[in-house]
Amino acid sequence: MNMNWYDLTFYVFAALTIISAIGVVFARNIIYAAFSLLFAFFGVAAIYVLLAADFIAITQILLYVGGILVLIIFGVMLTSRAYDVEAKHGLLQIVPAVFVVGAIAGTLIGVLTTTKWPVTNSLPYEETAKPIGALLMTQFVLPFELASVLLLVALIGAVMIARRDRVRKG
Amino acid sequence: MSETVMSLHVGLYHFLIVSAILFSLGIYGVITRKNAIMVLMGIELILNSANINFIAFARFGLMNLTGQVVALFVIILAAAEAAVLLAIVLNIFQQLNTVNVDEVDKLKN
Repeated sequence: MNMNWYDLTFYVFAALTIISAIGVVFARNIIYAAFSLLFAFFGVAAIYVLLAADFIAITQILLYVGGILVLIIFGVMLTSRAYDVEAKHGLLQIVPAVFVVGAIAGTLIGVLTTTKWPVTNSLPYEETAKPIGALLMTQFVLPFELASVLLLVALIGAVMIARRDRVRKG
Repeated sequence: MSETVMSLHVGLYHFLIVSAILFSLGIYGVITRKNAIMVLMGIELILNSANINFIAFARFGLMNLTGQVVALFVIILAAAEAAVLLAIVLNIFQQLNTVNVDEVDKLKN
């Protein structure tokens, strides 16, 4: 039972992530769910750090916490009639949902834990930003460019969808 | 590095189990929530769990850095998807004054 600091850190952040995710799924108030999601994203970023993915962890914090979560909170504020509106929690097939999710979780954990994955020996910890940049410019240059075009199209499309009403009236 | 499931020493399996739990919680959120924004939060949880898998196999498996690059693309797609979905939700709210996915059934009739 000799746990080192790595294991302890992993268990702390895994618990943070899962408890926050439970908060997201079960919170009655939509604002509480959004703030639980914040902690879940931070926990996942910490797990990325433990997996020696420093660049992805920073990207996770910048994009998810700084971008997507702010978008979600704006969506909550713009679409809730009152601040403290109930999140219209469930009553939408709770019992079948529990069975389906239990089946999915059981199958996933069973398959993931009984499979013998081809595992390499522990790799050294080294910075990943430079090799990821090199990969993006060589092997993955086509998906990289496609992603940039996709982002542009998606953002312009989002603006157009959200503003169509006003443009038509004006 | 221990390769057994029951060991307290953290290995690949621990990350996979965390990812599976996150995935299941996300599915539960997507199924049970009525509010479209809550459904989006469930989808974000699912995408994060997939990313944990990619990066876990990048560290422990034979994927090297490819897994991390794929995770990067997943994050980019998640950003685009969230922006488009929220635009659609805002438009639905302007038109129908609701964001509950079970009340938006105009195409049914």
